Amino acid sequence: MTDGNAETRERGNAAGLSEGAKSEIRRLMAQFPQRQSALLGALFVAQNEVGFLTPDALADIAAVMGLPTSEVTSVASFYHLLFFRPGGRHVVQVCTNLSCMLNGCGRILDHLRRQLGVEVGETTSDGAFTLKTAECLAACESAPAMLVGTERFGPLTPGMVDEVLSRYRRATRSMT
Amino acid sequence: MGEPVLLTYLHEPDQGELQAYSARGGYEGLRRALSMSPEAVTDEVDKSGLRGRGGAGFATGRKWKFIPKDPAVTKYVVVNADEGEPGTFKDRTLLEGDPHRLIEGIVIASYAVGAHLAFIYLRREFYHAREMLERALAQAAAAGMVGRNAAGSGFDLSIVLATGAGAYIAGEETALLESLEGRRAMPRLKPPYYPAVKGLYTQPTVVNNVETLCHVAWILAKGYEWYRQQGPPILISVSGHVARPGVYEVPLGTTIRQVIDRAGGMRSGRKFKACFPGGSSSAILPAAYLDTPMDYDALAKLDVYGSMLGSGALIAMDDTTCMVEVVARTVEFYRDESCGKCTPCREGTMWLGQALHRMLGGKGRVEDLPLLEGIARGMTGTCFCPLGESVPPAIYSTLRFFRHEYEHHAKTGTCDVRVMA
Repeated sequence: MTDGNAETRERGNAAGLSEGAKSEIRRLMAQFPQRQSALLGALFVAQNEVGFLTPDALADIAAVMGLPTSEVTSVASFYHLLFFRPGGRHVVQVCTNLSCMLNGCGRILDHLRRQLGVEVGETTSDGAFTLKTAECLAACESAPAMLVGTERFGPLTPGMVDEVLSRYRRATRSMT
Repeated sequence: MGEPVLLTYLHEPDQGELQAYSARGGYEGLRRALSMSPEAVTDEVDKSGLRGRGGAGFATGRKWKFIPKDPAVTKYVVVNADEGEPGTFKDRTLLEGDPHRLIEGIVIASYAVGAHLAFIYLRREFYHAREMLERALAQAAAAGMVGRNAAGSGFDLSIVLATGAGAYIAGEETALLESLEGRRAMPRLKPPYYPAVKGLYTQPTVVNNVETLCHVAWILAKGYEWYRQQGPPILISVSGHVARPGVYEVPLGTTIRQVIDRAGGMRSGRKFKACFPGGSSSAILPAAYLDTPMDYDALAKLDVYGSMLGSGALIAMDDTTCMVEVVARTVEFYRDESCGKCTPCREGTMWLGQALHRMLGGKGRVEDLPLLEGIARGMTGTCFCPLGESVPPAIYSTLRFFRHEYEHHAKTGTCDVRVMA
């Protein structure tokens, strides 16, 4: 549900799925006439628990759902929001589509690059943020817009970006 | 101009609560529908003239009539809540501001076509909408509006909320069904042309957009005659260089100019240059077309290839905008979102992107203009699904109306737009 937010990554590098995650996947399967329909949901259960889709997590999903691991991996690889590599505690997604481009998302992205000291696709050295670009977030009325974790912000100014980043940094520090 | 319909209560902070929704007349459409025969409900929607608000604009009542009547056949209703057409944000606005309206529309549609299981395929990035919807679904179930014996009618319906995982192509209805079945969101081969024949799990399926089903709830609550008198209303997502971007409700057929005026006009001191009238899949129209009504037929009948109402996303651009840059960004989007299944889309978007970037990087050649045109021709009518077919309109229309900008880039290696503006 939280898609890569801080509290979901407590289990660090433990690669496989907990019993709790497996039973959540079974619950999702029961919602559908055909069990494979629960696959995207199952992949997020795994990602939110482990932090990203490890080979062990993919194998666990396959076993619980009775699917070939190759199929589970193939499906996961199709979608932008499913990750095969570890990322930061907070994923920053800056919309770079038309309405945001017309309203200066380039400036916002440059500002984030400087403030975080990373390029798009990279994670800050403290593991707090991964910077990504996103296609139209359907938030064009508040362009330029971004998502941090599950929270949407816009219209952004460099000052507002700084506020949001420091709020998330404070929240992360208070948790650890 | 009619009173607002879909946006009437969106500014009310408690509109997502069942009690507040009901107190404002919510679920009356559902009660009325359940007192009618399913055929009469479909007729009512048919007579309203409602056309799908996802982009294709297919008549909703007709779509429902394709579903076989045989009660022994399992049918499904699937809600396309995967709003992703660049410039479109009206579905997200409805989901966040009036979630019970969608639920009401789903129950009505399911009753009309005889489905007992409905799915909402919600875009993953719509976190706030999901919260609102989950809460509203729980309230509606607790109040008996969905579930067994919905609203005491004897009709049973379960609604399952599923999410995508980041893929624009999943908004294409057959790709959406693939994704909902837990596979890669790649469009299905046609024929059969309609999910009504063979849809989810190969069963007859109605796929309707969020806004469409919100219209349905209003039509059943107030009657098709009243509804038609309101315009009929449509939602336009207005963004780009306007003073007050946002979702505006206007009578179908309001001109582009009037819609921009509703949004406060262009930002101060700037002049309108061009717009996408129906999201980035539509053609780009210059100022000469400002008085075109935002209507399915009026926009489709223009002498501009790919002009359409689409999802009603009006992206307005002022005189500081470099059209080559806009087209490059548009092409890049389709390139990144192409599923790779068919060659014209996969390769065409790649080649177009390379040529446009060369041009923006100051290394363009005059031959690049016919090259762009030729690649677009190669994609026209040859792609497997609408994603690839969405690319040529922007290329053709800008080569026609803003050719000098391409030429300037190609000849001088620089952009003259910002200097002149």
